[in-house]
Amino acid sequence: MKLVTAVIKPFKLDDVREALSEIGVQGITVTEVKGFGRQKGHTELYRGAEYVVDFLPKVKIEVAIAESSLDQVIEAIAKAANTGKIGDGKIFVTTLEQAIRIRTGETGEDAI
Amino acid sequence: MENQIFELQYAMDTFYFLVCGALVMWMAAGFAMLEAGLVRAKNTTEILTKNVALFAISCIMYLVCGYAIMYGGGIFLDGIEAFDLAGVLSASAENGFDGDSVYSGASDFFFQVVFVATAMSIVSGAVAERMKLWAFLVFAVFMTGVIYPLEGSWTWGGADVFGMYNLGDLGFSDFAGSGIVHMAGAAAALAGVLLLGARKGKYGPNGEVHAIPGANLPLATLGTFILWMGWFGFNGGSVLKLGDAANAHSVAMVFLNTNAAAAGGAVAALIVGRILFGKADLTMLLNGALAGLVAITAEPSTPTPLLATLFGAAGGVLVVFSILTLDKLKIDDPVGAISVHGVVGLLGLLLVPVTNADVSFSGQIIGAATIFIWVFVASLIVWGILKAVMGIRVSEEDEYEGMDIADCGMEAYPEFVKG
Repeated sequence: MKLVTAVIKPFKLDDVREALSEIGVQGITVTEVKGFGRQKGHTELYRGAEYVVDFLPKVKIEVAIAESSLDQVIEAIAKAANTGKIGDGKIFVTTLEQAIRIRTGETGEDAI
Repeated sequence: MENQIFELQYAMDTFYFLVCGALVMWMAAGFAMLEAGLVRAKNTTEILTKNVALFAISCIMYLVCGYAIMYGGGIFLDGIEAFDLAGVLSASAENGFDGDSVYSGASDFFFQVVFVATAMSIVSGAVAERMKLWAFLVFAVFMTGVIYPLEGSWTWGGADVFGMYNLGDLGFSDFAGSGIVHMAGAAAALAGVLLLGARKGKYGPNGEVHAIPGANLPLATLGTFILWMGWFGFNGGSVLKLGDAANAHSVAMVFLNTNAAAAGGAVAALIVGRILFGKADLTMLLNGALAGLVAITAEPSTPTPLLATLFGAAGGVLVVFSILTLDKLKIDDPVGAISVHGVVGLLGLLLVPVTNADVSFSGQIIGAATIFIWVFVASLIVWGILKAVMGIRVSEEDEYEGMDIADCGMEAYPEFVKG
Protein backbone atom coordinates (compact mmCIF):
# COMPACT_ATOMS: atom_id res chain seq x y z
CA MET A 1 0.00 0.00 0.00
CA LYS A 2 1.08 3.55 -0.64
CA LEU A 3 0.19 6.91 0.83
CA VAL A 4 0.19 9.64 -1.80
CA THR A 5 0.47 13.16 -0.37
CA ALA A 6 -0.02 16.01 -2.81
CA VAL A 7 0.30 19.74 -2.10
CA ILE A 8 -1.62 21.67 -4.75
CA LYS A 9 -3.05 25.05 -5.57
CA PRO A 10 -6.34 25.51 -3.70
CA PHE A 11 -8.35 26.36 -6.79
CA LYS A 12 -7.38 23.00 -8.36
CA LEU A 13 -8.91 20.95 -5.55
CA ASP A 14 -12.21 20.24 -7.32
CA ASP A 15 -10.43 19.15 -10.51
CA VAL A 16 -8.19 16.77 -8.57
CA ARG A 17 -11.08 15.34 -6.59
CA GLU A 18 -13.00 14.65 -9.79
CA ALA A 19 -10.00 13.06 -11.49
CA LEU A 20 -9.45 10.77 -8.52
CA SER A 21 -13.12 9.78 -8.38
CA GLU A 22 -13.00 8.88 -12.07
CA ILE A 23 -10.24 6.34 -11.52
CA GLY A 24 -12.08 4.77 -8.60
CA VAL A 25 -10.35 6.27 -5.57
CA GLN A 26 -12.69 5.73 -2.61
CA GLY A 27 -11.63 8.51 -0.26
CA ILE A 28 -9.24 11.37 0.28
CA THR A 29 -8.30 13.60 3.20
CA VAL A 30 -7.91 17.33 2.55
CA THR A 31 -6.12 19.86 4.75
CA GLU A 32 -5.64 23.59 4.25
CA VAL A 33 -1.95 24.27 4.72
CA LYS A 34 0.58 27.07 4.28
CA GLY A 35 4.16 26.91 3.11
CA PHE A 36 6.67 27.98 0.54
CA GLY A 37 8.63 26.36 -2.25
CA ARG A 38 10.38 27.89 -5.21
CA GLN A 39 7.49 30.28 -5.60
CA LYS A 40 8.58 31.84 -2.28
CA GLY A 41 5.97 34.20 -0.89
CA HIS A 42 4.36 37.06 -2.70
CA THR A 43 4.14 40.77 -2.03
CA GLU A 44 1.04 42.67 -1.02
CA LEU A 45 0.48 46.40 -0.78
CA TYR A 46 -0.88 48.47 2.13
CA ARG A 47 -1.00 52.26 2.07
CA GLY A 48 1.79 52.45 -0.47
CA ALA A 49 4.18 50.11 1.39
CA GLU A 50 4.86 46.63 0.04
CA TYR A 51 5.07 43.71 2.40
CA VAL A 52 5.98 40.07 1.83
CA VAL A 53 3.65 37.24 2.68
CA ASP A 54 6.16 34.42 3.31
CA PHE A 55 3.80 31.47 3.38
CA LEU A 56 1.24 30.85 0.70
CA PRO A 57 -2.00 28.98 1.20
CA LYS A 58 -2.08 25.51 -0.38
CA VAL A 59 -4.24 22.42 -0.10
CA LYS A 60 -2.77 19.09 1.01
CA ILE A 61 -4.45 15.92 -0.22
CA GLU A 62 -3.74 12.52 1.28
CA VAL A 63 -4.80 9.36 -0.55
CA ALA A 64 -4.21 5.80 0.68
CA ILE A 65 -4.19 3.35 -2.24
CA ALA A 66 -3.20 -0.13 -3.35
CA GLU A 67 0.26 -0.27 -4.87
CA SER A 68 -1.20 -1.41 -8.20
CA SER A 69 -3.02 1.87 -8.78
CA LEU A 70 -0.10 4.14 -7.80
CA ASP A 71 0.88 5.25 -11.31
CA GLN A 72 -2.72 5.95 -12.23
CA VAL A 73 -3.26 8.09 -9.12
CA ILE A 74 -0.04 10.08 -9.62
CA GLU A 75 -0.94 10.69 -13.24
CA ALA A 76 -4.46 11.80 -12.34
CA ILE A 77 -3.27 14.28 -9.72
CA ALA A 78 -0.39 15.59 -11.80
CA LYS A 79 -2.62 16.17 -14.78
CA ALA A 80 -5.52 17.74 -12.89
CA ALA A 81 -3.39 20.05 -10.77
CA ASN A 82 -1.13 21.27 -13.55
CA THR A 83 -1.30 24.87 -14.68
CA GLY A 84 2.25 25.08 -16.02
CA LYS A 85 2.99 28.02 -13.76
CA ILE A 86 5.21 28.24 -10.71
CA GLY A 87 3.52 27.09 -7.50
CA ASP A 88 1.63 24.07 -8.84
CA GLY A 89 2.85 21.98 -5.91
CA LYS A 90 4.37 18.55 -5.34
CA ILE A 91 3.43 14.89 -4.94
CA PHE A 92 5.10 12.72 -2.30
CA VAL A 93 4.77 8.95 -2.13
CA THR A 94 5.42 6.91 0.99
CA THR A 95 4.95 3.28 1.83
CA LEU A 96 1.96 2.59 4.01
CA GLU A 97 2.46 -0.21 6.52
CA GLN A 98 -1.05 -0.83 7.64
CA ALA A 99 -4.62 0.42 7.26
CA ILE A 100 -7.60 -0.48 9.41
CA ARG A 101 -11.25 0.34 8.85
CA ILE A 102 -12.47 1.23 12.31
CA ARG A 103 -16.11 0.21 11.81
CA THR A 104 -15.49 -3.36 10.61
CA GLY A 105 -11.97 -4.14 11.68
CA GLU A 106 -10.91 -4.92 8.08
CA THR A 107 -7.19 -4.46 7.47
CA GLY A 108 -4.82 -3.94 4.57
CA GLU A 109 -6.10 -3.20 1.07
CA ASP A 110 -9.61 -4.23 2.09
CA ALA A 111 -9.70 -1.24 4.38
CA ILE A 112 -8.89 1.46 1.80
CA MET B 1 -49.93 85.83 13.60
CA GLU B 2 -46.42 87.21 13.22
CA ASN B 3 -45.50 85.97 16.67
CA GLN B 4 -46.72 82.50 15.80
CA ILE B 5 -44.52 82.48 12.73
CA PHE B 6 -41.57 83.62 14.84
CA GLU B 7 -42.26 80.80 17.25
CA LEU B 8 -42.42 78.37 14.37
CA GLN B 9 -39.13 79.69 13.01
CA TYR B 10 -37.54 79.30 16.44
CA ALA B 11 -38.86 75.77 16.62
CA MET B 12 -37.63 74.90 13.14
CA ASP B 13 -34.13 76.33 13.61
CA THR B 14 -33.81 74.65 16.99
CA PHE B 15 -35.01 71.36 15.61
CA TYR B 16 -32.62 71.64 12.66
CA PHE B 17 -29.72 72.28 15.05
CA LEU B 18 -30.60 69.25 17.16
CA VAL B 19 -30.94 66.88 14.21
CA CYS B 20 -27.64 68.07 12.76
CA GLY B 21 -26.02 67.68 16.18
CA ALA B 22 -27.27 64.11 16.37
CA LEU B 23 -25.78 63.48 12.90
CA VAL B 24 -22.42 64.83 14.05
CA MET B 25 -22.64 62.75 17.22
CA TRP B 26 -22.91 59.71 14.95
CA MET B 27 -19.50 60.64 13.49
CA ALA B 28 -18.09 59.29 16.77
CA ALA B 29 -19.26 55.88 15.55
CA GLY B 30 -17.55 56.56 12.22
CA PHE B 31 -14.23 57.36 13.86
CA ALA B 32 -14.53 54.33 16.14
CA MET B 33 -15.16 51.97 13.21
CA LEU B 34 -12.52 53.55 10.96
CA GLU B 35 -9.89 53.29 13.67
CA ALA B 36 -10.93 49.78 14.76
CA GLY B 37 -10.59 48.70 11.14
CA LEU B 38 -7.15 50.19 10.57
CA VAL B 39 -5.41 48.89 13.69
CA ARG B 40 -4.34 45.30 14.27
CA ALA B 41 -6.78 42.86 15.88
CA LYS B 42 -4.82 42.88 19.14
CA ASN B 43 -5.50 46.60 19.68
CA THR B 44 -9.20 46.68 18.84
CA THR B 45 -10.83 46.65 22.28
CA GLU B 46 -8.49 49.39 23.45
CA ILE B 47 -9.17 51.72 20.50
CA LEU B 48 -12.90 51.24 20.94
CA THR B 49 -12.61 51.97 24.66
CA LYS B 50 -10.70 55.14 23.83
CA ASN B 51 -13.30 56.28 21.33
CA VAL B 52 -16.28 55.86 23.63
CA ALA B 53 -14.48 57.27 26.68
CA LEU B 54 -13.13 60.31 24.84
CA PHE B 55 -16.60 61.13 23.56
CA ALA B 56 -18.03 61.02 27.07
CA ILE B 57 -15.13 63.04 28.51
CA SER B 58 -15.55 65.66 25.77
CA CYS B 59 -19.23 66.06 26.60
CA ILE B 60 -18.54 66.49 30.30
CA MET B 61 -15.57 68.85 29.96
CA TYR B 62 -17.33 71.06 27.42
CA LEU B 63 -20.28 71.25 29.81
CA VAL B 64 -18.06 72.02 32.80
CA CYS B 65 -15.98 74.83 31.33
CA GLY B 66 -15.34 74.42 27.57
CA TYR B 67 -18.51 76.11 26.34
CA ALA B 68 -18.05 78.99 28.79
CA ILE B 69 -14.47 79.56 27.60
CA MET B 70 -15.50 79.43 23.94
CA TYR B 71 -18.74 81.43 23.93
CA GLY B 72 -18.98 83.01 27.37
CA GLY B 73 -21.71 82.35 29.92
CA GLY B 74 -21.38 80.53 33.19
CA ILE B 75 -19.51 77.33 33.90
CA PHE B 76 -21.63 74.19 34.19
CA LEU B 77 -23.94 75.84 31.59
CA ASP B 78 -25.38 77.94 34.37
CA GLY B 79 -28.72 79.42 33.33
CA ILE B 80 -29.09 77.47 30.06
CA GLU B 81 -32.30 75.85 31.32
CA ALA B 82 -34.16 79.19 31.47
CA PHE B 83 -36.66 79.90 28.70
CA ASP B 84 -37.83 83.42 27.91
CA LEU B 85 -40.58 83.58 25.29
CA ALA B 86 -40.81 87.36 25.32
CA GLY B 87 -37.05 87.58 24.72
CA VAL B 88 -37.28 85.11 21.84
CA LEU B 89 -40.09 87.06 20.19
CA SER B 90 -38.40 90.43 20.57
CA ALA B 91 -35.11 89.06 19.23
CA SER B 92 -36.94 87.52 16.28
CA ALA B 93 -38.79 90.76 15.61
CA GLU B 94 -35.52 92.66 15.72
CA ASN B 95 -33.74 90.27 13.37
CA GLY B 96 -36.63 89.85 10.98
CA PHE B 97 -37.23 86.69 9.01
CA ASP B 98 -33.95 86.75 7.12
CA GLY B 99 -31.66 88.02 9.88
CA ASP B 100 -29.54 86.08 12.34
CA SER B 101 -31.10 82.90 13.59
CA VAL B 102 -32.81 82.72 16.94
CA TYR B 103 -32.74 79.29 18.53
CA SER B 104 -32.58 77.58 21.89
CA GLY B 105 -29.27 78.00 23.69
CA ALA B 106 -29.46 74.37 24.73
CA SER B 107 -29.55 73.30 21.08
CA ASP B 108 -26.48 75.46 20.42
CA PHE B 109 -24.58 73.71 23.21
CA PHE B 110 -25.65 70.31 21.91
CA PHE B 111 -24.49 71.17 18.40
CA GLN B 112 -21.15 72.60 19.59
CA VAL B 113 -20.31 69.80 21.99
CA VAL B 114 -20.23 67.13 19.33
CA PHE B 115 -17.61 69.16 17.42
CA VAL B 116 -15.28 69.00 20.40
CA ALA B 117 -15.64 65.24 20.44
CA THR B 118 -14.81 65.16 16.73
CA ALA B 119 -11.59 67.08 17.27
CA MET B 120 -10.60 64.69 20.04
CA SER B 121 -11.48 61.60 17.97
CA ILE B 122 -8.91 62.71 15.41
CA VAL B 123 -6.18 62.40 18.01
CA SER B 124 -6.99 58.84 19.00
CA GLY B 125 -6.37 57.39 15.54
CA ALA B 126 -2.94 58.95 15.14
CA VAL B 127 -1.61 57.72 18.48
CA ALA B 128 -3.22 54.28 18.18
CA GLU B 129 -1.53 50.97 19.02
CA ARG B 130 1.09 52.35 21.39
CA MET B 131 -0.25 55.10 23.67
CA LYS B 132 -1.32 54.33 27.22
CA LEU B 133 -5.08 54.48 27.58
CA TRP B 134 -5.10 56.56 30.77
CA ALA B 135 -2.53 59.08 29.57
CA PHE B 136 -4.69 59.61 26.51
CA LEU B 137 -7.83 60.13 28.57
CA VAL B 138 -6.10 62.66 30.83
CA PHE B 139 -5.00 64.54 27.72
CA ALA B 140 -8.61 64.49 26.51
CA VAL B 141 -9.63 66.38 29.66
CA PHE B 142 -7.24 69.26 28.84
CA MET B 143 -7.87 69.23 25.11
CA THR B 144 -11.65 69.40 25.36
CA GLY B 145 -11.80 71.53 28.49
CA VAL B 146 -9.25 74.23 27.61
CA ILE B 147 -7.08 73.87 24.49
CA TYR B 148 -9.87 73.53 21.92
CA PRO B 149 -12.33 75.94 23.59
CA LEU B 150 -9.70 78.70 23.74
CA GLU B 151 -8.90 78.60 20.02
CA GLY B 152 -12.62 78.23 19.41
CA SER B 153 -13.19 81.47 21.33
CA TRP B 154 -10.74 83.31 19.02
CA THR B 155 -12.51 82.07 15.91
CA TRP B 156 -16.20 81.21 16.21
CA GLY B 157 -16.36 82.94 19.59
CA GLY B 158 -15.05 86.22 18.12
CA ALA B 159 -12.68 87.00 21.02
CA ASP B 160 -9.23 88.56 20.60
CA VAL B 161 -6.22 86.23 20.60
CA PHE B 162 -4.75 86.87 24.06
CA GLY B 163 -6.00 90.44 23.67
CA MET B 164 -3.58 91.07 20.79
CA TYR B 165 -5.50 90.77 17.51
CA ASN B 166 -8.86 89.64 16.22
CA LEU B 167 -8.99 86.98 13.52
CA GLY B 168 -12.42 88.05 12.28
CA ASP B 169 -11.13 91.58 11.66
CA LEU B 170 -8.23 90.17 9.65
CA GLY B 171 -10.62 88.46 7.23
CA PHE B 172 -10.42 84.95 8.65
CA SER B 173 -13.31 82.58 8.06
CA ASP B 174 -13.77 78.88 8.75
CA PHE B 175 -17.37 77.88 8.05
CA ALA B 176 -17.64 74.50 9.75
CA GLY B 177 -14.12 73.93 11.04
CA SER B 178 -11.50 72.69 8.55
CA GLY B 179 -9.04 74.52 10.77
CA ILE B 180 -10.88 75.06 14.04
CA VAL B 181 -11.89 71.42 14.44
CA HIS B 182 -9.92 69.27 12.01
CA MET B 183 -6.52 70.94 11.86
CA ALA B 184 -6.70 71.56 15.61
CA GLY B 185 -7.25 67.86 16.26
CA ALA B 186 -4.40 67.01 13.91
CA ALA B 187 -2.06 69.51 15.62
CA ALA B 188 -2.70 67.88 18.99
CA ALA B 189 -2.19 64.47 17.37
CA LEU B 190 1.10 65.54 15.77
CA ALA B 191 2.44 66.76 19.10
CA GLY B 192 1.50 63.43 20.68
CA VAL B 193 3.01 61.35 17.88
CA LEU B 194 6.30 63.28 17.99
CA LEU B 195 6.70 62.57 21.72
CA LEU B 196 5.43 59.01 21.37
CA GLY B 197 7.50 57.68 18.48
CA ALA B 198 6.56 55.17 15.82
CA ARG B 199 5.07 51.75 16.39
CA LYS B 200 7.72 49.08 16.79
CA GLY B 201 8.62 47.60 13.43
CA LYS B 202 7.05 50.35 11.35
CA TYR B 203 10.34 51.77 10.09
CA GLY B 204 13.54 49.87 9.29
CA PRO B 205 17.03 51.10 10.22
CA ASN B 206 17.67 52.28 6.65
CA GLY B 207 14.47 54.23 6.33
CA GLU B 208 12.36 51.38 4.96
CA VAL B 209 8.65 51.71 5.58
CA HIS B 210 7.04 48.45 6.69
CA ALA B 211 3.34 48.01 6.19
CA ILE B 212 1.29 47.14 9.27
CA PRO B 213 -2.02 46.16 7.67
CA GLY B 214 -5.26 46.98 9.44
CA ALA B 215 -7.28 44.07 10.74
CA ASN B 216 -10.70 44.83 9.35
CA LEU B 217 -11.18 46.80 6.16
CA PRO B 218 -14.96 46.27 6.07
CA LEU B 219 -15.16 48.14 9.40
CA ALA B 220 -12.89 50.90 8.09
CA THR B 221 -15.15 51.27 5.06
CA LEU B 222 -18.28 51.35 7.20
CA GLY B 223 -16.64 53.99 9.40
CA THR B 224 -15.86 56.14 6.38
CA PHE B 225 -19.44 55.99 5.15
CA ILE B 226 -20.72 56.87 8.64
CA LEU B 227 -18.39 59.89 8.71
CA TRP B 228 -19.51 60.87 5.22
CA MET B 229 -23.12 60.81 6.40
CA GLY B 230 -22.40 62.61 9.66
CA TRP B 231 -20.65 65.35 7.70
CA PHE B 232 -23.99 66.54 6.34
CA GLY B 233 -24.80 67.52 9.93
CA PHE B 234 -21.31 68.92 10.46
CA ASN B 235 -21.41 71.27 7.45
CA GLY B 236 -25.15 71.52 6.95
CA GLY B 237 -25.77 72.41 10.59
CA SER B 238 -23.09 75.09 10.45
CA VAL B 239 -25.44 77.22 8.33
CA LEU B 240 -27.08 77.65 11.77
CA LYS B 241 -30.49 78.29 10.28
CA LEU B 242 -33.14 76.68 8.12
CA GLY B 243 -36.15 78.87 8.84
CA ASP B 244 -36.35 80.98 5.66
CA ALA B 245 -36.12 80.36 1.94
CA ALA B 246 -32.65 81.82 1.41
CA ASN B 247 -31.12 79.81 4.22
CA ALA B 248 -32.96 76.65 3.23
CA HIS B 249 -31.37 77.01 -0.19
CA SER B 250 -27.99 77.63 1.45
CA VAL B 251 -28.38 74.42 3.48
CA ALA B 252 -29.19 72.50 0.30
CA MET B 253 -26.08 73.91 -1.41
CA VAL B 254 -23.96 72.88 1.57
CA PHE B 255 -25.30 69.32 1.47
CA LEU B 256 -24.73 69.17 -2.28
CA ASN B 257 -21.20 70.57 -2.12
CA THR B 258 -20.20 68.45 0.85
CA ASN B 259 -21.22 65.30 -0.99
CA ALA B 260 -19.57 66.45 -4.23
CA ALA B 261 -16.27 67.16 -2.47
CA ALA B 262 -16.23 63.72 -0.83
CA ALA B 263 -16.81 62.11 -4.22
CA GLY B 264 -14.06 64.20 -5.80
CA GLY B 265 -11.62 63.32 -3.03
CA ALA B 266 -12.37 59.61 -3.27
CA VAL B 267 -11.94 59.40 -7.04
CA ALA B 268 -8.77 61.50 -6.99
CA ALA B 269 -7.15 59.36 -4.28
CA LEU B 270 -8.17 56.17 -6.07
CA ILE B 271 -6.54 57.33 -9.31
CA VAL B 272 -3.40 58.67 -7.62
CA GLY B 273 -3.05 55.37 -5.75
CA ARG B 274 -3.40 53.41 -8.98
CA ILE B 275 -0.75 55.53 -10.69
CA LEU B 276 1.71 55.43 -7.78
CA PHE B 277 1.29 51.83 -6.57
CA GLY B 278 -0.24 50.04 -9.55
CA LYS B 279 -3.19 48.88 -7.44
CA ALA B 280 -6.47 50.27 -6.17
CA ASP B 281 -5.53 51.04 -2.55
CA LEU B 282 -8.72 50.90 -0.48
CA THR B 283 -7.38 52.68 2.60
CA MET B 284 -6.10 55.55 0.45
CA LEU B 285 -9.51 55.72 -1.21
CA LEU B 286 -11.15 55.98 2.22
CA ASN B 287 -8.69 58.68 3.30
CA GLY B 288 -9.36 60.44 -0.01
CA ALA B 289 -13.10 60.65 0.60
CA LEU B 290 -12.49 62.05 4.08
CA ALA B 291 -9.90 64.48 2.70
CA GLY B 292 -12.49 65.76 0.23
CA LEU B 293 -14.87 66.34 3.14
CA VAL B 294 -12.24 68.16 5.22
CA ALA B 295 -11.24 70.33 2.24
CA ILE B 296 -14.78 71.63 1.69
CA THR B 297 -15.59 72.11 5.37
CA ALA B 298 -14.02 75.58 5.58
CA GLU B 299 -16.46 76.91 2.97
CA PRO B 300 -19.17 74.61 1.62
CA SER B 301 -21.74 77.29 0.80
CA THR B 302 -20.12 79.53 -1.84
CA PRO B 303 -18.38 77.19 -4.35
CA THR B 304 -20.23 75.92 -7.39
CA PRO B 305 -20.77 72.14 -7.36
CA LEU B 306 -18.03 71.71 -9.95
CA LEU B 307 -15.58 73.74 -7.87
CA ALA B 308 -16.59 71.78 -4.76
CA THR B 309 -15.77 68.54 -6.58
CA LEU B 310 -12.41 69.95 -7.68
CA PHE B 311 -11.60 71.22 -4.16
CA GLY B 312 -12.39 67.75 -2.84
CA ALA B 313 -10.21 66.20 -5.54
CA ALA B 314 -7.34 68.50 -4.57
CA GLY B 315 -7.71 67.20 -1.01
CA GLY B 316 -7.76 63.61 -2.30
CA VAL B 317 -4.50 64.09 -4.23
CA LEU B 318 -2.81 65.96 -1.41
CA VAL B 319 -3.70 63.40 1.24
CA VAL B 320 -1.95 60.52 -0.57
CA PHE B 321 1.29 62.46 -0.97
CA SER B 322 1.03 63.74 2.60
CA ILE B 323 0.70 60.19 3.99
CA LEU B 324 3.74 59.06 1.99
CA THR B 325 5.74 62.12 3.07
CA LEU B 326 4.93 61.65 6.76
CA ASP B 327 6.12 58.05 6.46
CA LYS B 328 9.40 59.28 4.94
CA LEU B 329 9.76 61.57 7.96
CA LYS B 330 9.06 58.56 10.22
CA ILE B 331 5.96 60.20 11.67
CA ASP B 332 3.83 57.13 12.26
CA ASP B 333 0.10 57.74 11.91
CA PRO B 334 -1.76 54.40 11.63
CA VAL B 335 -4.96 55.88 10.22
CA GLY B 336 -3.65 58.92 8.32
CA ALA B 337 -5.39 61.40 10.65
CA ILE B 338 -2.66 64.05 10.55
CA SER B 339 -2.73 64.07 6.74
CA VAL B 340 -6.51 63.93 6.35
CA HIS B 341 -7.42 66.47 9.00
CA GLY B 342 -4.26 68.56 9.36
CA VAL B 343 -2.67 68.95 5.95
CA VAL B 344 -5.97 68.93 4.08
CA GLY B 345 -7.57 71.08 6.79
CA LEU B 346 -5.00 73.74 5.97
CA LEU B 347 -5.77 73.35 2.27
CA GLY B 348 -9.46 73.84 3.07
CA LEU B 349 -8.73 77.12 4.85
CA LEU B 350 -6.58 78.39 1.99
CA LEU B 351 -9.28 77.57 -0.59
CA VAL B 352 -11.92 79.76 1.08
CA PRO B 353 -10.85 83.09 -0.52
CA VAL B 354 -11.15 81.50 -3.98
CA THR B 355 -14.95 81.58 -3.78
CA ASN B 356 -15.67 83.90 -0.85
CA ALA B 357 -14.66 87.51 -1.56
CA ASP B 358 -15.14 88.55 2.08
CA VAL B 359 -12.22 86.40 3.16
CA SER B 360 -8.54 87.23 2.66
CA PHE B 361 -5.60 84.88 2.09
CA SER B 362 -3.56 86.70 4.70
CA GLY B 363 -6.37 86.32 7.24
CA GLN B 364 -6.58 82.60 6.50
CA ILE B 365 -2.82 82.16 6.87
CA ILE B 366 -2.69 84.09 10.15
CA GLY B 367 -5.73 82.19 11.43
CA ALA B 368 -4.27 78.81 10.47
CA ALA B 369 -0.93 79.69 12.07
CA THR B 370 -2.66 80.90 15.25
CA ILE B 371 -4.73 77.72 15.60
CA PHE B 372 -1.85 75.41 14.76
CA ILE B 373 0.77 77.05 16.96
CA TRP B 374 -1.53 77.33 19.96
CA VAL B 375 -2.89 73.79 19.80
CA PHE B 376 0.47 72.25 18.92
CA VAL B 377 2.46 74.02 21.63
CA ALA B 378 -0.19 73.63 24.34
CA SER B 379 -0.59 69.94 23.45
CA LEU B 380 3.16 69.42 23.41
CA ILE B 381 3.35 70.83 26.94
CA VAL B 382 0.48 68.65 28.22
CA TRP B 383 1.81 65.50 26.52
CA GLY B 384 5.29 66.35 27.85
CA ILE B 385 4.05 66.67 31.42
CA LEU B 386 2.10 63.41 31.09
CA LYS B 387 5.18 61.70 29.70
CA ALA B 388 7.24 62.82 32.68
CA VAL B 389 4.59 62.07 35.29
CA MET B 390 2.92 58.83 34.18
CA GLY B 391 4.50 57.89 30.85
CA ILE B 392 2.56 57.95 27.61
CA ARG B 393 3.86 54.82 25.89
CA VAL B 394 3.13 51.22 26.78
CA SER B 395 6.02 48.82 27.39
CA GLU B 396 7.57 46.99 24.46
CA GLU B 397 6.14 43.71 25.68
CA ASP B 398 2.63 45.13 26.04
CA GLU B 399 2.90 46.61 22.56
CA TYR B 400 3.84 43.19 21.18
CA GLU B 401 1.11 41.34 23.09
CA GLY B 402 -1.44 44.00 22.22
CA MET B 403 -3.07 46.86 24.06
CA ASP B 404 -6.29 44.89 24.48
CA ILE B 405 -4.79 42.56 27.06
CA ALA B 406 -2.46 45.18 28.58
CA ASP B 407 -5.03 47.95 29.08
CA CYS B 408 -8.42 46.26 28.97
CA GLY B 409 -7.71 42.65 29.91
CA MET B 410 -9.99 41.56 27.11
CA GLU B 411 -9.58 40.63 23.47
CA ALA B 412 -11.89 41.89 20.75
CA TYR B 413 -11.94 38.54 18.99
CA PRO B 414 -11.39 35.85 21.65
CA GLU B 415 -10.67 32.40 20.26
CA PHE B 416 -9.34 29.95 22.77
CA VAL B 417 -11.63 30.65 25.66
CA LYS B 418 -13.64 28.35 27.92
CA GLY B 419 -17.32 28.83 28.47
